[in-house]
Amino acid sequence: MLSWMAWTWPTAFVFIGIFSAMAILTVLEIKYPGGAERKGILGLTTTRGDRLFISLLGTVYIFLAWLGLMGMPLWAPLGLAILWGVFCFWKV
Amino acid sequence: MKKQYQKAWFFVLPVLLLVAFNALIPMMTVVNYSVQETFGNNLFFWEGMGWFEKLMRSDRFHAALGRQFMFTGIILAIEIPLGIIIALSMPRSGFWVPICLVTMALPMLIPWNVVGAMWNIFTLPDIGLLGYLMNTTLGINYDMTQDPFAAWATIITMDVWHWTSLVVLLSYAGLVSIPDAYYQAAKIDGASSWAVFRYIQLPKMKQVLTIAILLRFMDSFNIYTEIFVLTGGGPGNSTTLLSIDLVKIALGQFDLGPAAAMSLIYFAITLLVSWLFYTLMTKDDTQ
Repeated sequence: MLSWMAWTWPTAFVFIGIFSAMAILTVLEIKYPGGAERKGILGLTTTRGDRLFISLLGTVYIFLAWLGLMGMPLWAPLGLAILWGVFCFWKV
Repeated sequence: MKKQYQKAWFFVLPVLLLVAFNALIPMMTVVNYSVQETFGNNLFFWEGMGWFEKLMRSDRFHAALGRQFMFTGIILAIEIPLGIIIALSMPRSGFWVPICLVTMALPMLIPWNVVGAMWNIFTLPDIGLLGYLMNTTLGINYDMTQDPFAAWATIITMDVWHWTSLVVLLSYAGLVSIPDAYYQAAKIDGASSWAVFRYIQLPKMKQVLTIAILLRFMDSFNIYTEIFVLTGGGPGNSTTLLSIDLVKIALGQFDLGPAAAMSLIYFAITLLVSWLFYTLMTKDDTQ
């Protein structure tokens, strides 16, 4: 039934990852309402959801920039993206 | 959590389903396509990040992206100030208000492909009213089918004609919501008309202008139909914006993998610019 969507395991894992992150945020929101709002070092007022969004969007650009400037393999940008995500949830 | 509002979720459900079927599932499919190669028949071959790497290094993609940013930059730089000026000079009350509003709304009621066809016929050098007038009567050499500069001037004029009204109507809505007391206070203080604009009208229009700029950015960045009908991306590749190049790759060459990768980069750019813009414009309000 889903053959027209041309699923592959890697892309499926990407979506499983994103949806689980959203599920975790939902659980956190129910347990600790208010979104853990704070003003980060970029001068933006962010909630948990905003920080996830910024992490993911930044990750896209880290990988695209690496592909354009350096090319394969992609282990280095993976490390950078994880660092960026940690930075977002820690400081932004 | 408050229990009495839980029923609201039930009413949101249809929208959620609709978004799932017309946005989320197609979007996921595009992601799946972007890492594969297909020759039809539902046969797919794993390609990994190859399409993205090729695109990020392709001169053709860079050129189309550059043209897209140039187009959006130029039309925003014209439409936003022009829209504000027109809104400021429109009457706030009386007989002319409905006439002005309807006249302003007219261009927006015309479908995109009709706008393209209209401007195509209007500007053709041999039979078009404008084209013929420019070339024969005024003696200006103008041919949007041959000359890239003329083609660009035409697509920009067309977009300004089609969409400045949106900025006008939004700005006008912001302007009429300003109470008279503000103007009276400004008059007592002897404020110049520039000061009235800078410290009363512009701040009050900020919200609607944010929406106007966002809408115009997204629409012009994703523009396809009008330019496809008017110039078809020509002459040469001079007006081949990102969307037109994308359709050429997807439907002309049937390269679905690269086209999917290109759509995702396209989407990431729209998302980043819209997010940045919205965050910067609303930053002061949330403090």
